Amino acid sequence: MKPPPFSYHDPRTVGDAVALLGKLDNAKLLAGGQSMMPMLNMRFVQPDHIIDLNRVDGLSYIREANGALEIAAMTRQRDIEFSDVVRKRIPLMHEAIQHVGHRQTRNRGTIGGSLCHLDPSAELVTVAAAMDATVTVQGPNGTRQIEFAAFPVAFMTPAIELNELVTTVHFPSWPDGHAYGFVEFSRRHGDFAIVSAAALLTEDAAGNITRASVTLGGIGVAPVRATEVEQALIGQLPSDKLLREACEACRKYEALDDIHAPASYRQHLATVMSRRALEAARARLKSHTKHQGGP
Amino acid sequence: MTDKRKVALTVNGKRYEAEAEVRLTLADFIRHTLGLTGTHLGCEHGVCGACTILLDGMTARSCLMLAVQADGHDIVTVEGLAPSDKELSPLQEAFRDNHGLQCGFCTPGMLTTLTEFLRDNPDPTEQDVRIAISGNLCRCTGYQNIVAAALDAAKRLQAAR
Repeated sequence: MKPPPFSYHDPRTVGDAVALLGKLDNAKLLAGGQSMMPMLNMRFVQPDHIIDLNRVDGLSYIREANGALEIAAMTRQRDIEFSDVVRKRIPLMHEAIQHVGHRQTRNRGTIGGSLCHLDPSAELVTVAAAMDATVTVQGPNGTRQIEFAAFPVAFMTPAIELNELVTTVHFPSWPDGHAYGFVEFSRRHGDFAIVSAAALLTEDAAGNITRASVTLGGIGVAPVRATEVEQALIGQLPSDKLLREACEACRKYEALDDIHAPASYRQHLATVMSRRALEAARARLKSHTKHQGGP
Repeated sequence: MTDKRKVALTVNGKRYEAEAEVRLTLADFIRHTLGLTGTHLGCEHGVCGACTILLDGMTARSCLMLAVQADGHDIVTVEGLAPSDKELSPLQEAFRDNHGLQCGFCTPGMLTTLTEFLRDNPDPTEQDVRIAISGNLCRCTGYQNIVAAALDAAKRLQAAR
């Protein structure tokens, strides 16, 4: 018997789940369980109550709404991976999710669980930061929206009250045909990244960058938007030289120092990964693919 | 505090109903309560893949689920892969013929993982197979013969189609 003793609750509605959260002390929500269950098995967490969200109705869907993609919290990573609409509207997420664990864990793991667990190097967390996602949470007094930039408040700590739960995540769409790239460095396939990078680009008819999003995962306690890099790209042609020089800015970001890598190594990886993500994105720009005669 | 619940589920086509402490993992429930010890437990925190089962046709790590969560669901363990007591599945035969197992500890997880994989990807490349089993640790084979067995099984399944 690995997990510590707890009482188990499996509500059928979001309202019931919120009511349980408000009533029970030291309660933990159980989503896909791919992080919570290891933590229970190792007794890193010792909740008195587990509130299982797997039988709650209406928390698993992907739909387009007002120029955004809305993904409900209990949507499995597998369903996101194989979703045509995700592939079309948020190709960055489609690319990033291939790096999330393994088939066995993506079959169970959920987007809401991943975002709330908020591992600094989790791919979906990095994508949410890159896309300027908005998280909707429900509490006893109704719902509220949290912009993803304000969602992480500390190491693995989201800006959610004890009596609230995440119901949906909105991802604003980038224009059709925008360019994207996601790369990461990890020791083994499926491991958490030591550093990952996500890039999004649009260009004008002359091939100058009109909009850029560059995000680093794993470097700090929460994803870092490399705003200096983004600004350095705007209005420019994305030459090798420009990308290399712009990404040098990542070397000065504050970085985690732990058993996996020293801070200086993460900073070095941040410059390399951001450049590679941008190179991957650049290869998908129309001007570039036309140049290469590629698809 | 010994919170208990009744769990009713189908395992390898057979209905089971048993009481489980709510903190019991599905893996321990399968092994200890149902006595189906083909499912192995290595790390018990979702890294080694030995406890992989099929939940409603999709792989899951049974150490990362509670038994109560499987109530009402359909599970296949390694014991349920062969069509009968007298014959093996094409994947199991390919493992035997290619020496795809040595100590056998990882084998139940490899077989369940590859059963789902070959169903969804009938014509895989070697690289596809390597990625598919990247969540299953084997300390004996160096993976070489497991990959060979999976590719051989894909051919056998295609020929049988």
